[in-house]
Amino acid sequence: MEDFEPTIIAFVCNWCTYTAADLAGTSRLTYPPNVRLIRVMCTGMVDPKYVIKALLEGADAVLISGCHPGDCHYINGNFKARRRVKLLKEILPQFGFAEERVKLTWIGASDGIQFAETIRQMVDTIKAIGPNTAKTQMVI
Amino acid sequence: MAKTATYTVKEGNLPASLASLLKSVLEKEEVGALLIPQHLPMQPMVMPMLVTDPERLEGADPLAPAFPMNAAKLVSKISRKPIGATVAAVLRPCEIRAFVELVKLKQARTEDLVLIGIDCLGAFKNTDYIRFAQDGGRDSTLRFLKGALAGETSFPDGIRLTTACSACEHPVAEGADIQIGLLGMDIDRQILLTAGTEKGTALLDTLGLPKADEPKARKEAVEALVSARTAYRDRMFDETRKATESLEGLTRYLAGCVNCYNCRVACPVCYCRECVFVTDVFDHEPYQYLRWAERKGAIKMPTDTVFYHITRMAHMSTACVGCGQCSNACPNDIPLAELFRMTAQRTQAAFEYEAGRNLEEAPPLSVFREQEFLEVTGGKN
Repeated sequence: MEDFEPTIIAFVCNWCTYTAADLAGTSRLTYPPNVRLIRVMCTGMVDPKYVIKALLEGADAVLISGCHPGDCHYINGNFKARRRVKLLKEILPQFGFAEERVKLTWIGASDGIQFAETIRQMVDTIKAIGPNTAKTQMVI
Repeated sequence: MAKTATYTVKEGNLPASLASLLKSVLEKEEVGALLIPQHLPMQPMVMPMLVTDPERLEGADPLAPAFPMNAAKLVSKISRKPIGATVAAVLRPCEIRAFVELVKLKQARTEDLVLIGIDCLGAFKNTDYIRFAQDGGRDSTLRFLKGALAGETSFPDGIRLTTACSACEHPVAEGADIQIGLLGMDIDRQILLTAGTEKGTALLDTLGLPKADEPKARKEAVEALVSARTAYRDRMFDETRKATESLEGLTRYLAGCVNCYNCRVACPVCYCRECVFVTDVFDHEPYQYLRWAERKGAIKMPTDTVFYHITRMAHMSTACVGCGQCSNACPNDIPLAELFRMTAQRTQAAFEYEAGRNLEEAPPLSVFREQEFLEVTGGKN
């Protein structure tokens, strides 16, 4: 278990969190390389299917991150995302997926430091709860 | 505001008397058609029929324990645009609640409709009903009513009410324009009609039935049935939870699924016009399957079975009325209603929503508030 390196799929919005990740890079901040960023135009376009599929394919966690409330480039996409994540946090834990495996955060374009810190914390959390069983068992 | 009246049952034969009551409804000038469960002439099966000629109601039997489909979808078909007459639809409570969800999803309209809801004593699986009704139409219905009103849930030949019906805590059609009450009534003698809306009152008035108060026994009978069903429901939730609390458990639960998607077709509130699982999105290239198999050593074909079911929960669980048609439609007898209802209970509670309760509450995923669910993002807004 000690050498367990989680895989985190992150859906980040073009306007805030992706830009923050970019800033973290250009600022030469370091954070664990466990995260795979997928840039989307808005967290409001992250279909629950994307999250479900990622977890069933064996991702250890899914991060969805976008603009702070009030800052959404599309006015309210992030509020819609919050309801969808709430829904997933009710459905998935019933079937043994720890609630921590789905995370929603608001990280603004200038928050490079916060982005790096969020990834560090998330990797620690997922290392503590262990790998997703979908990785090793047959999922029909 | 609610107006109540009684209707006298002739010769102790409620199914036949109810049919003549409904015939008198269709004979009214105000009513152009009835949508009603009726015996097919060629098979001991009961199907919804749209009837315009009162003489063609000879097989009407809305009390039969047959539930081949949730008719909310049919009401949606005939109500989404003006139909040109008033249609009285005779429905089960779960059909009315599913209809309420479809109206909110803009897939049905309340205009031109009068909903007549009957106290629901439950139903059998399709195949069980055909066995039960072999000796003929309404006689078997009367046999069922006597047993069910006495609290029976199992009948000869190992025929039982479906799990969904046994766990249903909505036996009374609260949302109906006119409710027909059986619980707490002496069904050999009379039944109760209650108008719940203005539309219902107007129609009830034209029938010229004697006014009456709701008997005290009715409230007690409803409460007793609801509490028995709620207890059954909670046991069902516990068992289902234990069986599916891990991914391994869930995959074992769904192992018989052949991706036929019947549960989705049968579901009255699976609202997508075209399901994503039958679109190009899932028309994978042959080499993709090979690559997935190579990555894992083996994949089950067809793929994405659990993915499909969890996605369906994400789509319809907040609108699930627990009608049980998913289980009824499953060719491999997977207890889907149990699974979907368990999930629906949790998701509807999370959004303080109850599917089918009223037309005013917006479906949870169609709205948002600026200050809510702050715990999802760690307590911060």
